[in-house]
Amino acid sequence: MARQLIDQFAAQLPEDRRASVYGGSKVGHEKRTKVLFDHFPDADRLRELAGEIKQHVVENLDTYLPKIEASLIAAGVKVHWAATAEAANKAVLDIMRARGATRMVKSKTMVSEETHLADYLQQNGIDCLETDLGEFIVQIDGDHPSHIVKPIIHKNRREIAQSFERHGLGAYDDDPQTITRRARRFLRKKYLEADVALTGGNFLVAESGRLVLVTNEGNSRFCLAATKTHIAMVGIEKILPRDRDLALLLNLLARSATAQQLTVYTEFIKGPRSSTQPDGPEEMHVILVDNGRTDVLESDCREILRCIRCGACLNVCPIYRQASGHAYRSVYPGPVGAVLSPLLAGKKFPELADLPKASSLCGACNEVCPVNIPIPDLLLRLRNKGKEEGAKIASAGTPPMGGWAVLATQPMLWKTAMMGGKILDVLPEKFVPVPAFRAWTDQRTLPGWRGGVFRKWMRTRETKPRQPTVGP
Amino acid sequence: MNLSNRIRPSGPGRVQLMATCLCDAFYDDVARATVEVLEYLGCTVEFPEGQTCCGQPAFNGGDWANSRKVVRHTVKTFAGDVPVIVPSGSCAAMLFHGAPLEFEKESDHGDVEALGRRAWEVIDFIVNGLGVSTWPGRYDARIAFHRSCHSRGTLTGPAALQLLGSIEGVTVLPFGEAEQCCGFGGTFSVSFPNISGNMGNLKLEHIRAEKPDELVSIDMSCMMHLGGLAEKEGHPIRTRHVVQVMRDALRNAGLLAP
Repeated sequence: MARQLIDQFAAQLPEDRRASVYGGSKVGHEKRTKVLFDHFPDADRLRELAGEIKQHVVENLDTYLPKIEASLIAAGVKVHWAATAEAANKAVLDIMRARGATRMVKSKTMVSEETHLADYLQQNGIDCLETDLGEFIVQIDGDHPSHIVKPIIHKNRREIAQSFERHGLGAYDDDPQTITRRARRFLRKKYLEADVALTGGNFLVAESGRLVLVTNEGNSRFCLAATKTHIAMVGIEKILPRDRDLALLLNLLARSATAQQLTVYTEFIKGPRSSTQPDGPEEMHVILVDNGRTDVLESDCREILRCIRCGACLNVCPIYRQASGHAYRSVYPGPVGAVLSPLLAGKKFPELADLPKASSLCGACNEVCPVNIPIPDLLLRLRNKGKEEGAKIASAGTPPMGGWAVLATQPMLWKTAMMGGKILDVLPEKFVPVPAFRAWTDQRTLPGWRGGVFRKWMRTRETKPRQPTVGP
Repeated sequence: MNLSNRIRPSGPGRVQLMATCLCDAFYDDVARATVEVLEYLGCTVEFPEGQTCCGQPAFNGGDWANSRKVVRHTVKTFAGDVPVIVPSGSCAAMLFHGAPLEFEKESDHGDVEALGRRAWEVIDFIVNGLGVSTWPGRYDARIAFHRSCHSRGTLTGPAALQLLGSIEGVTVLPFGEAEQCCGFGGTFSVSFPNISGNMGNLKLEHIRAEKPDELVSIDMSCMMHLGGLAEKEGHPIRTRHVVQVMRDALRNAGLLAP
C-alpha cells in the first residue's frame, strides 16, 4: 500500500532528531497549558475573542488596508505594496541600492522565509545576516527552520557546537553559555557594521500605525539600534484594529508560543526617528506583502489568516512531533502549515496537496489555537479540494470509496456484506485483496467478525421496557 | 462544533439507535449494551433496519461526493423527530459537525442539519440529555479512560468520567499525555502506518504504566486500533466501551437480568 510522503520521511528520521523534536514540542505544549489556564479562569473565552477580532480584520481587509497605509504615512513611514514574493524582495533590494547599502542585519520573520529573501539578497551582492540565534545557526548550516518559533528545535547542543566549530567561531565546546557568548561576540560586530535592519511585524495597528515586534533575545532591538534604515516586511493579514487589542493578543501570543506572560522584548514602533522620538533609524519602510493572501481570502479557508504564528499547534500535534518540521517541505510546518502552505502555493497546490492529509483530525490544534482557528475543518476542505482536482500526491494510502458508497446506500447489499465478512476470520491475511486491509493488519490484529449478530439479537429478543427511572 | 442548537428530550421516551458500522461488524455487544442501558433508563429503542454507515470514511478521506451519498441515505433512514443515539463519539460528531460541513453548499443542507440537532453520543445523551449524574450497580476494576478525540469540544468526555467515577468499585486511573490522539484517524492509520503505529504504541506505554484492568473509551475505533496493536505484539489489553461497563455494573448488582 502506498504511504504518504510525510510518513515515509518520519520513518527515516534519525532517532536523536525525533527525540529532539518530540521532547522540545511536548515540553513547550505542557508549559503553555499550565500557564494559560493558571493565569486566566476562562482562557477559552479569550481565545474565542481573539479569534473574533482577527476574523473581523480578515473579513474587512479592504477597509483596514487603506487605514493602515494612512496611519503609517502619518507616522512618517514609507509604505510599499508587494503582490508577490519577487516584488517584496525587489522592494527590499531597491531600498538597499538607493542608499548604497550592502550590509543587512535581519531579525527572524516568517514572511521573509516565504519570499526566500536572504538567498535573493545574497545573490545580489548583499551581506544578509540573520540575528535570531536559532535562525543564525540554521543560516550558517545552510539548513532550514523546522518550527515557527523554535527554528532549531531539531538540533541538540552537540550539533550546534559542531556548527560553530565549522563556521570558525571557536574550537568545539557544547557548553550553552560558551555557545551564547561566541554568538554574541560575533553578532555584536555585525550589528555595528550594518547599514539596514530588516524585521517582520507581529502586529500592525491600524488605529495608530504602530508596528509591534516581539523577541526573546532582543535581537530586533539590536538590529534597530545602530542602523540608519529600518525595513519591515509584513503580511497584509497582520493588522489589528486598535492599540487596546494588543493587550489581549500579546498576552495570548507569549503564553501560546513559549508559556511566557510576555516576551522579554516587546517593541512598539511608531515611525522613524523624529523630533519627538530621538532614538531609532532615520528612515522606516513597511512593505505590505500579499504573496497569495488575497487568494486565501477568497477561498473557504480564510480563517487561517487569523494565525499569529505562535507555534502552539505544532507543539501539540502528534504528527509534527513524530515527523519534524522538515517533513512538510515548506516554510510553514505542522497543522498551520498543512493548511497555509498548499493555499499559498497557488497554482502549485497539487504539489503540496498531501500536507492536509498529515493529520488524524484529532482536533488538538484547534483546542490550543490562541485565535481559535478551526484547523481540522480547513484540513478537511483542502482534502476535498485535492480530491476534486485529482491531486495524485494526496491519494496515497486513501482507499477508493466508490464501492463503499454503493454498499452503504443499499441496505440489502450492506447486510449481505455484513454476513459475508466472516470470511475474514478464516482467510489468511495475505489472500485478502484489499490494500487497506493489508496495511491495517500489518501492524494490528482485527477483532473477530461479528456481522449480523446484533441485528439478529435485536430482532429476536423479547422487549420489556422498564418504567422511566429518570424525570425530565 | 455547535451543540447549542440541539434538541433536548423532555425525558426518556422513544429513541432511534444508530449502531455504527464498527458495532455492526465487530462490536455487537457495545450496541447491545447501549440498548440495555437506554431501556434501563426507560427509553424505547427503535432500530431502523436500513442503516449502514455515517459517511465518515469518505468524508475524512476528502471524497465528499461519495460521502454525501451515504449521508443522504442516513438522513432518509433516520427520518422522524426522536433523538438518534450513537455509541461512538466520532459517528455522533459526523452527524452534528462533519455532515453539515460537507453539505454547506448543498440544497438539502437543512435536512442534514436537522438530523445533527437530534444526534447524541450515548453517554452525552444519558448525562446531558436525560440529566443522569450518577450510575448505580457495582463494577470492580481499575480503568484507564481514553479521551477519544472526536469528543473534544463536546461534553461527552467529562460526562463519561463523571458516570464512571460514580460507579461503586471503579477506579479511574490518570495516565501520561492523556490528551494526545491514539493515532487511528480512519484512513490516516493506513496511509501513515509508521506515525499511526508510533502514536498508538506511545499511548499504550503510558496506559500500561498504570497497570489498568481495562481500557475504556466512547469510541470503538480508537479501541480497535489500540487493542489491535496490543494484541499484535502479544500483550493484549481488554478494551471496552463505557456503556458496557455501565451495563455490567447493573448486571452485577442484579438490577438487570444477565
